Amino acid sequence: MPWTKILIEKQGMDFDEHSGQNLRKLTYPEAIREALDQAISYDERVFVMGQGVDDPSGMFGTTLDLHKKYGERVFDTPLAENALTGIAIGSAVAGMRPVYVHNRPDFLLLTMDQIVNHASKWRYMFGGRSKVPLVIRAVIGRGWGSAAQHSQSLHGLFMHVPGIKLVMPSTAYDAKGLLITSIAEDNPVIFIEHRWLFKHKGHVPEEMYSIPFGKGVVRRAGKDITVVGISCMVIEALQAAKILDEEGFDVEVIDPRTLNPLDEELIIESVKKTGRLIVADTDWKRCGVASEITAVVSEKGWRYLKAPIRRIGWPDIPTPASYVLEEAFYPGVNDIVETVKEVINEKKR
Amino acid sequence: MKNKTDSQDILKDRLVELYRVMLKIRKVQIKIEEEYPKDEMKTPVHLCFGQEAIPAGVCGNLHEDDYVFSNHRGHGHYIAKGGNLNAMIAELYCKETGCSRGRGGSMHLIDLSVGLMGSSSIVSGGIPLATGAALSAWLKKDNKVSVVFFGDAASEEGVLYESMNFAMLKKLPVVFVCENNFYSVCSHISSRQANDDVSMRTKAFSLPYHQVDGADVSDVYLKSRDAINYARSGKGPFFLECKVYRWRGHAGAGDDLKLKYRKMDEWEKWIKRDPVLEFEEKLNKEKIINDDLRKSIGAALDKEIEAAFKFAKESPLPDKKEIMKYLFADKEIKNALD
Repeated sequence: MPWTKILIEKQGMDFDEHSGQNLRKLTYPEAIREALDQAISYDERVFVMGQGVDDPSGMFGTTLDLHKKYGERVFDTPLAENALTGIAIGSAVAGMRPVYVHNRPDFLLLTMDQIVNHASKWRYMFGGRSKVPLVIRAVIGRGWGSAAQHSQSLHGLFMHVPGIKLVMPSTAYDAKGLLITSIAEDNPVIFIEHRWLFKHKGHVPEEMYSIPFGKGVVRRAGKDITVVGISCMVIEALQAAKILDEEGFDVEVIDPRTLNPLDEELIIESVKKTGRLIVADTDWKRCGVASEITAVVSEKGWRYLKAPIRRIGWPDIPTPASYVLEEAFYPGVNDIVETVKEVINEKKR
Repeated sequence: MKNKTDSQDILKDRLVELYRVMLKIRKVQIKIEEEYPKDEMKTPVHLCFGQEAIPAGVCGNLHEDDYVFSNHRGHGHYIAKGGNLNAMIAELYCKETGCSRGRGGSMHLIDLSVGLMGSSSIVSGGIPLATGAALSAWLKKDNKVSVVFFGDAASEEGVLYESMNFAMLKKLPVVFVCENNFYSVCSHISSRQANDDVSMRTKAFSLPYHQVDGADVSDVYLKSRDAINYARSGKGPFFLECKVYRWRGHAGAGDDLKLKYRKMDEWEKWIKRDPVLEFEEKLNKEKIINDDLRKSIGAALDKEIEAAFKFAKESPLPDKKEIMKYLFADKEIKNALD
């Protein structure tokens, strides 16, 4: 199918700043749904499967009524995540382009054999003879006492494994463009969304467009410090930057958009300019994505650093349910504001 | 369905072909075992002596573009599906000319040109993959059948039941072929399974099954023909439990009687049943083959196998500089798909 015709990278700097502008706007889940709808109708190899994809709320609206339009190419699945992942892989090696939807990343832990032992290795261990064009979507939960088993993000685990592309969009525009790229991609892609982004609206063009993997974006230009945000932490970082701006601190906010491949160059170029780095993640700190980005900048950008790199992430405990404990658990705008001040005020060692 | 099948229900040419394929699998194993102690094949091998009838009988009913998913003991499956022998032996020597370019070794054989889709060495790993290939056939309505070979130990893994449920739910054209050789490494099935009647598990899904004599290629051929026709006609999945015996140890060359884990009455009963010889004698008796034909089939196979080992030994090893190659399919979106 002619995926060649789809539009490449149309995004400028216009992140979610369209209030008052007369542009077509969609919410994040509407953007996902539109990408799925267009991909299924565009390419007969694409199909969507997952527990509840045909339910009345359509997985937060992301698959709403697609089964009515496409019949057996959008179907509900049994709760057998490991086999169903293998089934998706098997259909992919036989020429299909499955999108397997999970409403929480927590359930991906049941699929680790098929993702890690099979999907990620299937091409390499057969010397490039086969390929696995598979997309696995999952939506991070947070709040309302979701607790330990309904709020994990787990992208650190998946970034560790070679052979999986890892995508975490933070805007409606990116959600659509990156999902199109993911479906057109010839490799396994894990596409992790965040429930807290689902009320965000932004300009989303009606036509199919794709955003290349490994190209991050500067969400806000600044000269004093770089904050790399992952998923919903991009939004928290932008809010923090606004507050800090009023206090005279000029923060640069970077959204890597994809974690594998990671746009190392963009991050290092930014650190070269600002000399300071904070990585704000929505996952545990230890051995996570923030640790990896910190390591990359330590290895490749050490000479630009004026202060130690800081990570903002979850404490190394399971997510508690009580809203009081949740408040203590999840870092947010205030943590970023405080950490930025600490880093900028730190004397050069 | 008759309890015992009869080779008279099989066309003569097909009988000769079944014999040829079984003999090829046997002869390749013999040659591997002969060469293995030289330590030039630096990869674990899981030989299938005694189990030749199952891949030969099942694959004898498949079209070239039907799908087969294999496991760690996969040499027979690869050969029976028509996989390129040079590429297989080169893979055993981990050469660049191997079917997986030396990245997979003996446990990861593939030949997409004949529908041999790959082999997983995670026990049960191929079962959902084959079910997924059947899902693609169901979605595309291309009339293909998907077959997965797995051992008795795979029937202890959850994905088998998850896959059987889904295959039955969607009526997918997949045939589950359990090669029950009683042993997982050195553990007997009776020490692993509460009820070792593997085929009975299908009843929970109303999934049709046959119990098969895995040492009798006629029985395998006719029952798998039934199963494959059933799947291809759109009626849904089928399960074959083939009881058979693993003559060799779990991995490596030679028998492993010195380890003393086998039940000797079982060994004595099964070791008398050589599926290749039994069938050869039967075809001789029924005058389907004679000495001349037998010798010419054997000589042609010997020549092919010698050539494959020569090709493998003379082939280059992978280039260390190419270690990072083949992780991702590197098509860029802008250069696009198809």
